[in-house]
Amino acid sequence: MFFSTPSGMSRRHFVSHLLGASALAGASLALNHSLASAAATLRANNKRCVLMWMGGGPSTIDLWDMKPGAATGGPFRPIRTSGDIEICEHLPLTARVMDRLSIVRNMSTREADHDRGRYYMQTGYVPNPSIQHPSYGSVIAHELAEYRQGLEIPPFVSIGGANEGPGFLGLSWAPFNVDSNGRIQNLTSNVDAARMQRRLASLQMIESNFISENRGIAATEHAKVLDKTLQMMTSQQLKAFNVSEEPTDMVERYGNHNFGRSCLLARRLVEANVPFVEVNLGGWDNHDNIFPTLQNERLPQLDQGLSSLVEDLTQRGLWEDTIVLWMGEFGRTPRINGGAGRDHWARCWSVVTGGGGMKGGIAVGQTNDDGTQVDGPSYSSEDLMATICQAMGISLSTTFQSTSGRPMKIANGGKVIKELFS
Amino acid sequence: MVQRWSFSLLKRRNIATGPRAQRPWSRAAHASYSLGWFCLSALLTSGGFHTGSTQVQAAQTQALVAATRDSDQVVSIADGRNAGAVRTGSSRRDHRTAGVASAPAQVEKINEYIRRSWADYNLSPSAPEADGKWARRLYLDLLGRIPSLAELQAFESSKDADKRAALVRQLLHDDEYTLDYARNWTTIWTNLLIGRTGGTGNNSLINREGMQKYLRDSFARNKPYDTMVHELLTATGTSRPGVEGFNGAVNYLVDKVNEENATLATSSVSKLFLGLQIQCTQCHTHPFNDWKQDKYWEFNAFFRQTRALRRFMSGTDDVTHVELIDQDYAGESNNPEKADLFYELRNGLVKVAYPVFIDGTAINPSGYVSDVNRRRELARLVVDSPYLDQAIVNRMWSHFFGYGFTKPIDDFGSHNQASHPELLTYLAQEFRQAKYDQKQLIEWLVLSEAYQLTSKPTPANEKDDPLLGVRPQFTRYYIRSMSAEELYESMLLVTRGRGDDSNYQSTEDEKSRWLGQFAREFGTDEGDESIDFSGTIPQVLMMFNGEIARAATRTDGGGVLGQVINDQKLDARQKIERLFEAALARKPSKKEATAFFQLMQASNNPVEGLEDLWWALLNSNEFILNH
Repeated sequence: MFFSTPSGMSRRHFVSHLLGASALAGASLALNHSLASAAATLRANNKRCVLMWMGGGPSTIDLWDMKPGAATGGPFRPIRTSGDIEICEHLPLTARVMDRLSIVRNMSTREADHDRGRYYMQTGYVPNPSIQHPSYGSVIAHELAEYRQGLEIPPFVSIGGANEGPGFLGLSWAPFNVDSNGRIQNLTSNVDAARMQRRLASLQMIESNFISENRGIAATEHAKVLDKTLQMMTSQQLKAFNVSEEPTDMVERYGNHNFGRSCLLARRLVEANVPFVEVNLGGWDNHDNIFPTLQNERLPQLDQGLSSLVEDLTQRGLWEDTIVLWMGEFGRTPRINGGAGRDHWARCWSVVTGGGGMKGGIAVGQTNDDGTQVDGPSYSSEDLMATICQAMGISLSTTFQSTSGRPMKIANGGKVIKELFS
Repeated sequence: MVQRWSFSLLKRRNIATGPRAQRPWSRAAHASYSLGWFCLSALLTSGGFHTGSTQVQAAQTQALVAATRDSDQVVSIADGRNAGAVRTGSSRRDHRTAGVASAPAQVEKINEYIRRSWADYNLSPSAPEADGKWARRLYLDLLGRIPSLAELQAFESSKDADKRAALVRQLLHDDEYTLDYARNWTTIWTNLLIGRTGGTGNNSLINREGMQKYLRDSFARNKPYDTMVHELLTATGTSRPGVEGFNGAVNYLVDKVNEENATLATSSVSKLFLGLQIQCTQCHTHPFNDWKQDKYWEFNAFFRQTRALRRFMSGTDDVTHVELIDQDYAGESNNPEKADLFYELRNGLVKVAYPVFIDGTAINPSGYVSDVNRRRELARLVVDSPYLDQAIVNRMWSHFFGYGFTKPIDDFGSHNQASHPELLTYLAQEFRQAKYDQKQLIEWLVLSEAYQLTSKPTPANEKDDPLLGVRPQFTRYYIRSMSAEELYESMLLVTRGRGDDSNYQSTEDEKSRWLGQFAREFGTDEGDESIDFSGTIPQVLMMFNGEIARAATRTDGGGVLGQVINDQKLDARQKIERLFEAALARKPSKKEATAFFQLMQASNNPVEGLEDLWWALLNSNEFILNH
C-alpha cells in the first residue's frame, strides 16, 4: 500500500479477502468491523467541504479585490456587503452573505500555466515528474474515511470538476464524476440477485488469482474499486444524487444553469454527509473582452449559485460543519491587454472561503493600490490547503508515506491562515 | 431507480444456516454489499445451485477456496498441446531469444543499452512472458485490441522458434491486418491531434471524420513519419470528406489558428512534434529551462498567414465545412514586406517578433505568401530538427513500454533529463536513417528483450517501479490499464468478432459517442480535456451492467460466448478453457478449472453458468489490464 491506513478503518471486505490471499480471513475481518465501529463512536467528525473550482483562472481583481480609480481597475464598481468588505457590484446576492465568507487577498503563487497552476492549487505541490500528489478531495476523503463508515456512496464527488485525481493515494480515492443532473449510468443489473451473487463469486476467484501473482497496485486497486462500486450499487443513499426531486423554486433559486444545478446537487450530497464535493464553473480564461463576459455570463451564475448555497446551508443548520472554498488556478493580470482582456497572473490574487467555524466577513491581507503586488505577508497554495485541513479537523501533522519511504506532509507543510480562526 | 437485490437476505439466510453461523457480524447492513467470503459459501448453500449432497458441497467449497488461494504459475501444464508454449516461455531458456530468433541489428543494440542500465542499477530482469499472454500484449499495443481465440490458438500452436518475430511481422505487414493497424494508430493520433472531443461539439470547426480519414490512409500506407508531419503542418484545403478540395489533414490546425493569434497551434506543434513545452513562455520566461518569451512569439509568427474560413451552405448560415488557407499577412504595423507581430512583456513593455525557429534559424520576414509560405518553412525546419526524431521515438517507446525516457514524454530540456539518453539518441538516429518507417521502429521495440518480459516483478527488480518515483529501467513489462478505446475494441471483438471495412465510419461514430460520456473538460481557453475512465466506478458500472457488457454476454450473434456454448465438439471443461483463453489468453489453472467445472456441474442451467463465468472474466483485473 502507498499510505498507512489508519488502524481500524479498513472496511473493504473484498479487498481484505484478496489481500489476505485466503478466503478464511473472513472471520477476523468481521472482528475488524466491530473494532472499527467502536472506534468511530469515540470521536466524530461531520465536517464537509464544497470546492468551487473556477477553471481558467478568474479575474479576482474584478470580483474580490477591486481597485476603483486605478488604471488597472476596470469598469466595475465595488458595493458594500453584509461583511466588513466590499466586492464587485455584479455580485449583489453574494454581497448579502459575505458576513459568512472571507476573502484571502494576499494569495501569491508562481504557477501561471493552466496545467501547472491547477496542479499546484489542487494539491499544494508543484508538479514533479517522479510523483503524483493527491488532490484536495482525495486527501480529505482519505483522512475522514474513519468517520464516514456508514457512507455507502463515494466520499469524493466531482460535479464536472477538474481535479488532479488521487495521486499516490490510489484509485480507490479517485473522484466520482457526475454531471449536474446527478445521473449515474449503468446502475441497474440485468440479472437477478442470486445470479449476480454467483457472478461475483466467480469474479472474486479470478480477481484474487491475479492479485496473488504479485501484480502490484493496478491489480489490487481494481479490486478495491469493484468493492466500492458494489457498495454503492444497492445503497439507499444514492437518492442524494436525485437532484430532480428538488422543487422548482429551489432549482430557480440556485439558478437553472449548469453551475446552479451543480451547487444544488452539492448541497444534497453534503447533506448526505459526503465529505468532499467539487463543483466547476469554467470559462474564466478571459484573454479577450473580459468585462462583458464577466458581467453578462460568469458573474450572474456565480452570484446565484454561491449565494444560494451559503444561504441554504445556513438555513439547514449545516454551515458550521460545511466549508466552502472558491478558487481557480490563478488570478488575472492587473494590466488590461490590447484585446480588452486580462492574462494569467499568479503573483497576487484572491480566494474566498468560509463556513466550518471559520471567520466570515473579513479580508485577509491586501494588495497595493493598482493590485500588482501583495502588501505585507502573503499566502500560498500550501497555506490555503493547511487552512482547509485545519477547519476540517484534520491533523496537520498527518504524514503520508510513499512506497519509496519518502514522507509527504499533508498540505506540503503549509501554515494555517490564522486570521480565519478566532 | 435501483434494483434492490436481496443480497442481505441471501447472506443472512446463509449466516443462519451456513457453516459460519456463529461468526459475529457487527455490520450486517454494510456486509450485504460486499464480495467477501460469504459470496462463495452463499453460492453453495443458499440454493443458488443444485447441490447434490453434502459431500459434493464440501468438495466444491474446497475447490473454490483452493482456487482463491492459488498462487501458482497460471500457465497451464494440464494440456499437452500447450506444453510447447510453456517451454518457450520458461526461464530456463535465455529470454533474449524467447521466440525471437531473427531480429534486426537495432534490437540487439537496444538490448545492450537496456542491459547496461540493469547492470548499473544492479537489477535483474523478470522471466520472459508466456507466449499467449505476450501475444495479448502485442495485439493490444499494436492493434488496439486483444487477439481473437483463433489468432491466439494459431500462434500458440506454432512450433516456429522465431514465432514472436513472425507474429510481429504478420501484424505489421499482412494485408489482413492493415485495417486493424490503421484503425488503432488513427485512434491514437486522432486523440493527440484533436483530442477525444475534437469535432464532436456542434460549433466545432473540426471534422473528426475528415481527420480520421487522413490518418487512416496514412497509417494504412505506412506513410513515413516525416511526410506525415509535413503534411499536417502545411495542409490546405477543405475539412470535410466529399467536399471539393478535401484534405483531411487540415483538421489538425483548423481550430488552432483563428483565435488568440494561433496560440493553440503554437503550443500544440511544439509539444507534439518537438517535445518542447513553450506554452508557459507565452506570457513570461520559462521557469525551468532556457526558453524566453521571444522564442514563443517567434515560433507563433509562423502561423500568422494561416486562416480557417467557414464555408456556408448557399443561401443559409449553416456551416458545411471549413477551408484552411494561407493568405498574405500584413503584420501588426501593416508592413507586409516585413510582417511583424507584437507581444507584451510582463512589465508592459511591447516587443516585436518575426518568424524564427527554436534553433535560431530566421526566415524571410515577408508576409506575402508568394515570397514565403511561413507554414512550409516551419514544416521544413521541424522535419529537419533532431527534436522531431527524439520526440517520436520517446512517444513510441512510451506507448510500448508504459513509460518514456522522460516524464512527461513531451517536455525535453535541461530540466528533464532522460533515463536512457544514449538509447534515446541512438533510436532517434536509427529512425531517421530508416527514413521514418514507423513499422520498422515498432518492430525494433517489440522484439527487444525488455518487451518479452513478464509483468511479474521479482525480488531482484521490484525496486524498479516507476510508481515509486524512480526512473523506469524496464526490467519487466509495466502493468497498465487498457485505454478506453482498447477496452471498447476488445469488447467489440469478443461480441461481434473481427470487424470488416463495411461499416467503418458508423463503428467509429459509435465508439466516439460511447467515449464522450467519460470525457471531461477543464474550462480553459486551451481546450484541455482528460478522460475519466480507467479504474473508476463508472467504468466498473459500465462493465457490470452497461450495454457493452450486456451485448458481450448474449449468446446469439457472432460473439465468443455463443460460439463456445454452441460448439458441440467441446465438453464442459473445454468450454471453460476456451472462455479463459478468449478473455485472458491463458488456460485456467488446474484449481480454477476444477472449481469452475464443479460450478457448472452444480448449476441447473449450464448455459447460464458459462454466461456468468464469461461475465466474471470480462470484469476481472486480469482482463481490463494490459500486462
